[in-house]
Amino acid sequence: MLTKRVIPCMDVRDGRVVKGVNFVNLRDAGDPIELAQRYDDERADEVIFLDITATSDDRATTVDLASRASEQLRLPYTVGGGFRSVQDIRRMISAGADKVSVNSAAVANPQLITSAAKAFGTQAIIVAIDAKHCAGSADKWEVYVAGGRKATGIDAVQWAQEAARRGAGEILLTSMDRDGSREGFDCALTRSVARAVNIPVIASGGVGKLEHFAQGILEGEADAVLAASVFHFGELSIRQVKEDMARHGIPVRL
Amino acid sequence: MIVVVDYLKGNLRSVARGLEAAGAKVAISQDADVIVRADAIVLPGVGAFTDAMNTMRDLGQDQAILEAHRRGVAFLGICLGEHLMFEGGEEHAENNAPTPGLGLIRGIVSSMPRTDAANKVYKVPHVGWNTIDITRSDNSAALLEGIASGTHFYFTHSYVAPESAATIAHTTHSITFPSVVQTGNAFGVQFHPEKSSDAGAKVLANFVNFVRKG
Repeated sequence: MLTKRVIPCMDVRDGRVVKGVNFVNLRDAGDPIELAQRYDDERADEVIFLDITATSDDRATTVDLASRASEQLRLPYTVGGGFRSVQDIRRMISAGADKVSVNSAAVANPQLITSAAKAFGTQAIIVAIDAKHCAGSADKWEVYVAGGRKATGIDAVQWAQEAARRGAGEILLTSMDRDGSREGFDCALTRSVARAVNIPVIASGGVGKLEHFAQGILEGEADAVLAASVFHFGELSIRQVKEDMARHGIPVRL
Repeated sequence: MIVVVDYLKGNLRSVARGLEAAGAKVAISQDADVIVRADAIVLPGVGAFTDAMNTMRDLGQDQAILEAHRRGVAFLGICLGEHLMFEGGEEHAENNAPTPGLGLIRGIVSSMPRTDAANKVYKVPHVGWNTIDITRSDNSAALLEGIASGTHFYFTHSYVAPESAATIAHTTHSITFPSVVQTGNAFGVQFHPEKSSDAGAKVLANFVNFVRKG
């Protein structure tokens, strides 16, 4: 049976992990590759490197990271952030990334999803959606772009459906309301999107406690759960999270 | 020397790295003359069936692989590389006919159904870690040595190989499909061993050992 995935996400700037990383026994806590290998040992199912590099000049560093990862990692990895064109995506895939995630550029130009899926296969293209609950409506969420700074007026569920139709292989869905809140995933949002599309949905944003992961799967109906700081700060280990999911009857790779 | 066949569709370093970690000497090559002289051939999985087959034919790689195979050279097809071992594939096929493959195994590679026999809906592509169930252990010793049924591997695909006498392990999503195949010295795996952590490293090491023993 296909297992539910647990995915640590690392924010990377200039080839270094940002946001404090609090692991002991790492030679270099800022090295994304070494951190990813640590997560591999803990049974992470894949990892995501989110490039938050400000300028396009610095993206060469991220291409270099993808290339080093292909030499050293034994698990799948996604690189996200800053892709504007099929050519940008091609550089990252050629460097060895298994998948890329596109966000703002796909909203601005949905054809990018179609072209990228045709060029690299649907399995290589993740569409990341940042969504915020619409005030006064129980089941509406709006898509935000530019790192969550800009509202688009686009309905998140409809956008997920269009992305899937255009060839997205997965949806990475972040609740802006919950991100950083430690209150758990927005399960209503996750479930709405998961039921609306026929591709896997990765739930993101809001994890603070062990049981939130199982909730994302059982109540949110997600196919995978993503977290960052709870793993980086060593509050929870991947193994601990998977054991808790297994206790809830969720199939996981232990 | 194990030759990883480059049909110009993507990065093959992770496959090469996995084989090197098992102690193999590896060359990534698109050159039919290099492929035909290989001690073993690995056909990795990037791109789509029709596109990959067209490129391989243009470069003479298909004939080089078949000639080496007739000499008894060990072969490992990964993901799409496994699909290409079959007679044909429907992925991006033109003129309503399957695109011919290498033809080492009978049958046509087709798209994975989105529903099971009870009409339950499944997500496709089949992405993530799934188990294999070893169904023909008599013949599988070489590639699956030390691997038990129930071991997880990383899959990412929308098309599946057909049932045949070559199947040695199955995996179940919307349907139960062959996830490991073997015909003579040629093996194929639907999953990505180079992305499957310890279990995948073991499969690659098994292949390297099989090559070494000749």
